[in-house]
Amino acid sequence: MKKLIKRYKYALLMMIVNVILLLFLPTMGRNSMKLTVNNTKEMLLVIPPIFVLLGLLDVWVKRETMIKLMGEKSGIFGMLIAFTMGSAAAGPLYAAFPIAGILLKKGSKLSNVLIFIGAWSTTKIPLLLFETSAMGWRFMATRFMVNIVGIVTIAYLIEKALSIKDKEELHQRVSAMSQ
Amino acid sequence: MFNTILYLLASLLLIISYFKDQDKTKMALKKAWKSFETILPQFIVILIIVGIMLSAISPDTISKWIGSESGWLGMLIAAIVGAITLIPGFVAFPLAAALLDGGAGFMQIAVFISTLMMVGVVTIPVEISYFGKKATLYRNLLAFGFSFIVAMVIGVVIK
Repeated sequence: MKKLIKRYKYALLMMIVNVILLLFLPTMGRNSMKLTVNNTKEMLLVIPPIFVLLGLLDVWVKRETMIKLMGEKSGIFGMLIAFTMGSAAAGPLYAAFPIAGILLKKGSKLSNVLIFIGAWSTTKIPLLLFETSAMGWRFMATRFMVNIVGIVTIAYLIEKALSIKDKEELHQRVSAMSQ
Repeated sequence: MFNTILYLLASLLLIISYFKDQDKTKMALKKAWKSFETILPQFIVILIIVGIMLSAISPDTISKWIGSESGWLGMLIAAIVGAITLIPGFVAFPLAAALLDGGAGFMQIAVFISTLMMVGVVTIPVEISYFGKKATLYRNLLAFGFSFIVAMVIGVVIK
Protein backbone atom coordinates (compact mmCIF):
# COMPACT_ATOMS: atom_id res chain seq x y z
CA MET A 1 0.00 0.00 0.00
CA LYS A 2 2.75 2.39 1.01
CA LYS A 3 4.63 1.51 -2.17
CA LEU A 4 1.52 2.15 -4.23
CA ILE A 5 1.01 5.59 -2.69
CA LYS A 6 4.64 6.41 -3.29
CA ARG A 7 4.36 5.43 -6.95
CA TYR A 8 1.22 7.44 -7.44
CA LYS A 9 2.18 10.42 -5.29
CA TYR A 10 2.32 12.92 -8.15
CA ALA A 11 -0.92 11.60 -9.60
CA LEU A 12 -2.57 12.04 -6.19
CA LEU A 13 -1.06 15.51 -5.88
CA MET A 14 -2.53 16.55 -9.25
CA MET A 15 -5.93 15.19 -8.24
CA ILE A 16 -5.78 17.30 -5.08
CA VAL A 17 -4.84 20.34 -7.19
CA ASN A 18 -7.90 19.74 -9.34
CA VAL A 19 -10.15 19.41 -6.28
CA ILE A 20 -8.75 22.69 -4.93
CA LEU A 21 -9.55 24.28 -8.30
CA LEU A 22 -13.06 22.89 -8.06
CA LEU A 23 -13.49 24.56 -4.65
CA PHE A 24 -12.05 27.97 -5.50
CA LEU A 25 -12.60 28.29 -9.26
CA PRO A 26 -15.62 26.03 -9.78
CA THR A 27 -16.11 26.69 -13.51
CA MET A 28 -12.50 26.08 -14.36
CA GLY A 29 -12.30 23.09 -12.04
CA ARG A 30 -15.36 21.51 -13.58
CA ASN A 31 -14.11 22.19 -17.10
CA SER A 32 -10.72 20.70 -16.40
CA MET A 33 -12.29 17.58 -14.86
CA LYS A 34 -14.53 17.18 -17.87
CA LEU A 35 -11.51 17.53 -20.18
CA THR A 36 -9.50 15.06 -18.13
CA VAL A 37 -12.31 12.50 -18.28
CA ASN A 38 -12.66 12.97 -22.05
CA ASN A 39 -8.92 12.67 -22.62
CA THR A 40 -8.76 9.60 -20.40
CA LYS A 41 -11.50 7.95 -22.44
CA GLU A 42 -9.60 8.81 -25.61
CA MET A 43 -6.42 7.35 -24.16
CA LEU A 44 -8.09 4.18 -22.91
CA LEU A 45 -9.47 3.67 -26.40
CA VAL A 46 -6.10 3.69 -28.18
CA ILE A 47 -3.93 2.16 -25.51
CA PRO A 48 -5.03 -1.50 -25.30
CA PRO A 49 -4.09 -2.49 -28.87
CA ILE A 50 -0.81 -0.53 -28.67
CA PHE A 51 0.31 -2.31 -25.53
CA VAL A 52 -0.89 -5.72 -26.72
CA LEU A 53 1.19 -5.24 -29.87
CA LEU A 54 4.09 -4.16 -27.69
CA GLY A 55 3.79 -7.34 -25.59
CA LEU A 56 3.59 -9.56 -28.67
CA LEU A 57 6.58 -7.80 -30.19
CA ASP A 58 8.58 -8.35 -27.03
CA VAL A 59 7.74 -12.06 -26.85
CA TRP A 60 7.84 -13.10 -30.50
CA VAL A 61 10.39 -10.94 -32.28
CA LYS A 62 13.90 -12.21 -31.68
CA ARG A 63 16.70 -9.82 -30.94
CA GLU A 64 18.60 -11.03 -34.02
CA THR A 65 15.60 -10.29 -36.24
CA MET A 66 15.23 -6.81 -34.82
CA ILE A 67 18.93 -6.13 -35.26
CA LYS A 68 18.67 -7.20 -38.87
CA LEU A 69 15.59 -5.04 -39.48
CA MET A 70 16.43 -1.90 -37.52
CA GLY A 71 19.91 -2.41 -36.07
CA GLU A 72 23.24 -0.70 -36.71
CA LYS A 73 23.64 -2.10 -40.22
CA SER A 74 20.02 -1.87 -41.34
CA GLY A 75 20.73 1.21 -43.46
CA ILE A 76 18.01 2.96 -45.40
CA PHE A 77 15.73 -0.08 -45.09
CA GLY A 78 15.77 0.23 -41.30
CA MET A 79 14.98 3.92 -41.58
CA LEU A 80 12.02 3.16 -43.83
CA ILE A 81 10.66 0.57 -41.41
CA ALA A 82 11.02 3.00 -38.51
CA PHE A 83 9.32 5.75 -40.47
CA THR A 84 6.45 3.54 -41.61
CA MET A 85 5.86 2.13 -38.12
CA GLY A 86 5.74 5.62 -36.62
CA SER A 87 3.48 7.02 -39.32
CA ALA A 88 1.04 4.12 -39.11
CA ALA A 89 0.55 4.73 -35.41
CA ALA A 90 -2.32 6.20 -33.48
CA GLY A 91 -2.32 7.73 -30.07
CA PRO A 92 -0.40 10.42 -28.24
CA LEU A 93 3.38 10.72 -28.39
CA TYR A 94 3.85 9.58 -24.81
CA ALA A 95 2.37 6.19 -25.76
CA ALA A 96 5.25 5.83 -28.22
CA PHE A 97 7.96 5.89 -25.57
CA PRO A 98 7.28 2.38 -24.16
CA ILE A 99 7.38 1.00 -27.70
CA ALA A 100 10.60 2.90 -28.37
CA GLY A 101 11.94 1.27 -25.21
CA ILE A 102 11.21 -2.23 -26.51
CA LEU A 103 12.71 -1.41 -29.90
CA LEU A 104 15.91 -0.22 -28.24
CA LYS A 105 16.01 -3.21 -25.91
CA LYS A 106 15.73 -5.54 -28.89
CA GLY A 107 18.73 -3.96 -30.57
CA SER A 108 17.41 -1.24 -32.87
CA LYS A 109 19.76 1.54 -33.79
CA LEU A 110 19.13 4.67 -31.72
CA SER A 111 18.71 6.92 -34.75
CA ASN A 112 16.09 4.54 -36.17
CA VAL A 113 14.15 4.62 -32.91
CA LEU A 114 14.35 8.40 -33.01
CA ILE A 115 13.00 8.37 -36.57
CA PHE A 116 10.15 6.22 -35.27
CA ILE A 117 9.50 8.77 -32.50
CA GLY A 118 9.70 11.64 -34.97
CA ALA A 119 7.28 10.01 -37.38
CA TRP A 120 4.90 9.13 -34.56
CA SER A 121 4.96 12.70 -33.32
CA THR A 122 4.33 14.49 -36.55
CA THR A 123 3.65 12.44 -39.70
CA LYS A 124 0.96 10.08 -38.45
CA ILE A 125 -1.35 9.19 -41.33
CA PRO A 126 -4.65 9.73 -39.47
CA LEU A 127 -3.42 13.17 -38.42
CA LEU A 128 -2.36 14.06 -41.95
CA LEU A 129 -5.97 13.51 -42.99
CA PHE A 130 -7.17 15.84 -40.26
CA GLU A 131 -4.54 18.35 -41.23
CA THR A 132 -5.55 18.33 -44.88
CA SER A 133 -9.20 18.90 -44.11
CA ALA A 134 -8.48 21.66 -41.60
CA MET A 135 -5.52 23.45 -43.17
CA GLY A 136 -5.58 22.47 -46.84
CA TRP A 137 -3.36 20.07 -48.75
CA ARG A 138 -0.63 22.61 -49.50
CA PHE A 139 -0.05 23.26 -45.83
CA MET A 140 -0.05 19.52 -45.09
CA ALA A 141 2.23 18.55 -48.00
CA THR A 142 4.73 21.31 -47.26
CA ARG A 143 4.92 20.43 -43.60
CA PHE A 144 5.15 16.72 -44.40
CA MET A 145 8.10 17.13 -46.75
CA VAL A 146 10.00 19.48 -44.46
CA ASN A 147 9.29 17.10 -41.58
CA ILE A 148 10.81 14.09 -43.34
CA VAL A 149 14.08 15.98 -43.67
CA GLY A 150 13.81 17.32 -40.12
CA ILE A 151 13.05 13.97 -38.50
CA VAL A 152 16.02 12.26 -40.12
CA THR A 153 18.34 15.19 -39.35
CA ILE A 154 17.32 15.33 -35.69
CA ALA A 155 17.73 11.56 -35.33
CA TYR A 156 21.17 11.70 -36.94
CA LEU A 157 22.33 14.63 -34.80
CA ILE A 158 21.28 12.97 -31.54
CA GLU A 159 22.89 9.68 -32.56
CA LYS A 160 26.13 11.59 -33.22
CA ALA A 161 25.89 13.67 -30.04
CA LEU A 162 25.64 10.70 -27.69
CA SER A 163 28.84 8.96 -26.67
CA ILE A 164 29.19 5.17 -26.57
CA LYS A 165 28.88 5.37 -22.81
CA ASP A 166 25.62 7.34 -23.11
CA LYS A 167 24.22 4.69 -25.42
CA GLU A 168 25.23 1.87 -23.11
CA GLU A 169 23.45 3.59 -20.23
CA LEU A 170 20.42 4.00 -22.44
CA HIS A 171 20.34 0.28 -23.24
CA GLN A 172 20.71 -0.67 -19.61
CA ARG A 173 17.85 1.63 -18.68
CA VAL A 174 15.38 0.25 -21.25
CA SER A 175 16.36 -3.34 -20.47
CA ALA A 176 15.74 -2.75 -16.78
CA MET A 177 12.36 -1.16 -17.49
CA SER A 178 10.76 -4.12 -19.24
CA GLN A 179 11.79 -7.34 -17.64
CA MET B 1 -11.61 4.15 -38.25
CA PHE B 2 -7.89 4.02 -37.55
CA ASN B 3 -8.53 2.68 -34.09
CA THR B 4 -10.59 -0.11 -35.65
CA ILE B 5 -7.64 -1.15 -37.81
CA LEU B 6 -5.37 -1.10 -34.80
CA TYR B 7 -7.80 -3.23 -32.78
CA LEU B 8 -8.27 -5.69 -35.66
CA LEU B 9 -4.52 -6.01 -36.12
CA ALA B 10 -3.87 -6.52 -32.40
CA SER B 11 -6.67 -9.11 -32.06
CA LEU B 12 -5.62 -10.97 -35.19
CA LEU B 13 -1.99 -11.23 -34.04
CA LEU B 14 -3.14 -12.18 -30.55
CA ILE B 15 -5.25 -15.03 -31.93
CA ILE B 16 -2.42 -16.28 -34.15
CA SER B 17 -0.06 -16.06 -31.20
CA TYR B 18 -2.51 -17.98 -29.01
CA PHE B 19 -2.75 -20.84 -31.48
CA LYS B 20 1.00 -20.99 -31.88
CA ASP B 21 1.94 -20.86 -28.23
CA GLN B 22 -0.40 -20.29 -25.32
CA ASP B 23 2.32 -19.68 -22.73
CA LYS B 24 4.08 -17.12 -24.85
CA THR B 25 0.78 -15.35 -25.46
CA LYS B 26 0.10 -15.20 -21.74
CA MET B 27 3.56 -13.79 -21.24
CA ALA B 28 2.96 -11.18 -23.95
CA LEU B 29 -0.23 -10.04 -22.24
CA LYS B 30 1.52 -9.92 -18.90
CA LYS B 31 4.25 -7.80 -20.42
CA ALA B 32 1.66 -5.57 -22.07
CA TRP B 33 0.00 -4.97 -18.72
CA LYS B 34 3.30 -4.44 -16.90
CA SER B 35 4.58 -1.87 -19.39
CA PHE B 36 1.28 -0.06 -19.12
CA GLU B 37 1.26 -0.16 -15.33
CA THR B 38 4.84 1.12 -15.22
CA ILE B 39 3.94 4.40 -16.86
CA LEU B 40 0.35 4.67 -15.62
CA PRO B 41 1.20 7.05 -12.74
CA GLN B 42 2.91 9.41 -15.18
CA PHE B 43 0.02 9.10 -17.66
CA ILE B 44 -2.45 10.15 -14.96
CA VAL B 45 -0.36 13.20 -14.11
CA ILE B 46 -0.21 14.17 -17.79
CA LEU B 47 -3.95 13.75 -18.29
CA ILE B 48 -4.80 15.97 -15.32
CA ILE B 49 -2.26 18.66 -16.28
CA VAL B 50 -3.66 18.71 -19.81
CA GLY B 51 -7.18 19.10 -18.45
CA ILE B 52 -6.23 22.01 -16.20
CA MET B 53 -4.21 23.66 -18.95
CA LEU B 54 -6.91 23.44 -21.59
CA SER B 55 -9.48 24.81 -19.17
CA ALA B 56 -7.20 27.75 -18.37
CA ILE B 57 -6.24 28.66 -21.95
CA SER B 58 -9.04 29.29 -24.42
CA PRO B 59 -8.72 29.55 -28.22
CA ASP B 60 -9.55 33.26 -27.86
CA THR B 61 -6.58 33.85 -25.61
CA ILE B 62 -4.27 31.99 -27.96
CA SER B 63 -5.43 33.84 -31.07
CA LYS B 64 -4.90 37.15 -29.27
CA TRP B 65 -1.29 36.17 -28.60
CA ILE B 66 -0.43 34.85 -32.03
CA GLY B 67 -2.24 37.06 -34.54
CA SER B 68 -0.71 37.47 -38.02
CA GLU B 69 0.64 40.89 -36.99
CA SER B 70 2.38 39.42 -33.97
CA GLY B 71 5.57 38.68 -35.95
CA TRP B 72 8.56 37.01 -34.35
CA LEU B 73 7.32 37.56 -30.83
CA GLY B 74 4.05 35.90 -31.82
CA MET B 75 5.98 32.99 -33.30
CA LEU B 76 8.00 32.62 -30.13
CA ILE B 77 4.83 32.67 -28.02
CA ALA B 78 3.17 30.19 -30.39
CA ALA B 79 6.22 27.91 -30.12
CA ILE B 80 6.23 28.04 -26.33
CA VAL B 81 2.49 27.50 -26.03
CA GLY B 82 2.75 24.55 -28.42
CA ALA B 83 5.70 23.07 -26.53
CA ILE B 84 3.97 23.23 -23.18
CA THR B 85 0.42 22.30 -24.08
CA LEU B 86 -0.60 18.81 -24.99
CA ILE B 87 -3.59 18.78 -27.28
CA PRO B 88 -4.69 15.63 -29.12
CA GLY B 89 -4.25 15.96 -32.89
CA PHE B 90 -7.89 15.61 -33.78
CA VAL B 91 -8.55 18.66 -31.56
CA ALA B 92 -5.41 20.52 -32.60
CA PHE B 93 -6.16 20.91 -36.30
CA PRO B 94 -9.71 22.18 -35.97
CA LEU B 95 -8.31 24.51 -33.29
CA ALA B 96 -5.59 25.65 -35.67
CA ALA B 97 -8.16 26.32 -38.37
CA ALA B 98 -10.26 28.27 -35.88
CA LEU B 99 -7.20 30.25 -34.81
CA LEU B 100 -6.51 31.12 -38.46
CA ASP B 101 -10.07 32.38 -38.84
CA GLY B 102 -9.60 34.29 -35.61
CA GLY B 103 -6.69 36.18 -37.12
CA ALA B 104 -3.64 34.09 -36.30
CA GLY B 105 -0.91 34.03 -38.95
CA PHE B 106 0.08 30.97 -41.04
CA MET B 107 3.66 31.00 -39.77
CA GLN B 108 2.57 31.30 -36.17
CA ILE B 109 0.13 28.42 -36.66
CA ALA B 110 2.79 26.29 -38.36
CA VAL B 111 5.25 26.78 -35.52
CA PHE B 112 2.47 26.14 -32.99
CA ILE B 113 1.45 22.86 -34.64
CA SER B 114 5.06 21.73 -34.97
CA THR B 115 6.06 22.29 -31.35
CA LEU B 116 2.69 20.96 -30.22
CA MET B 117 3.38 17.66 -31.91
CA MET B 118 7.14 17.29 -31.55
CA VAL B 119 8.03 19.00 -28.28
CA GLY B 120 6.53 17.75 -25.05
CA VAL B 121 7.51 19.68 -21.94
CA VAL B 122 4.88 17.96 -19.81
CA THR B 123 5.91 14.51 -20.98
CA ILE B 124 9.65 15.07 -20.48
CA PRO B 125 9.73 12.95 -17.28
CA VAL B 126 8.26 9.99 -19.20
CA GLU B 127 10.69 10.51 -22.06
CA ILE B 128 13.66 10.69 -19.68
CA SER B 129 12.70 7.40 -18.05
CA TYR B 130 13.18 5.71 -21.45
CA PHE B 131 15.76 7.83 -23.29
CA GLY B 132 17.72 9.44 -20.47
CA LYS B 133 18.30 13.12 -19.81
CA LYS B 134 20.74 13.88 -22.60
CA ALA B 135 18.84 12.39 -25.56
CA THR B 136 15.54 13.80 -24.26
CA LEU B 137 16.94 17.30 -23.87
CA TYR B 138 18.56 17.22 -27.32
CA ARG B 139 15.45 15.88 -29.00
CA ASN B 140 13.17 18.51 -27.53
CA LEU B 141 15.56 21.41 -28.16
CA LEU B 142 16.25 20.34 -31.75
CA ALA B 143 12.55 19.86 -32.42
CA PHE B 144 11.85 23.30 -30.95
CA GLY B 145 14.40 24.93 -33.25
CA PHE B 146 13.26 22.86 -36.22
CA SER B 147 9.67 24.10 -35.76
CA PHE B 148 10.81 27.58 -36.80
CA ILE B 149 12.31 26.18 -39.99
CA VAL B 150 8.99 24.50 -40.76
CA ALA B 151 7.22 27.81 -40.16
CA MET B 152 9.59 29.70 -42.45
CA VAL B 153 9.10 27.22 -45.29
CA ILE B 154 5.33 27.40 -44.80
CA GLY B 155 5.63 31.18 -44.85
CA VAL B 156 7.37 31.03 -48.23
CA VAL B 157 5.06 28.44 -49.80
CA ILE B 158 1.76 29.76 -48.49
CA LYS B 159 1.12 33.46 -48.70
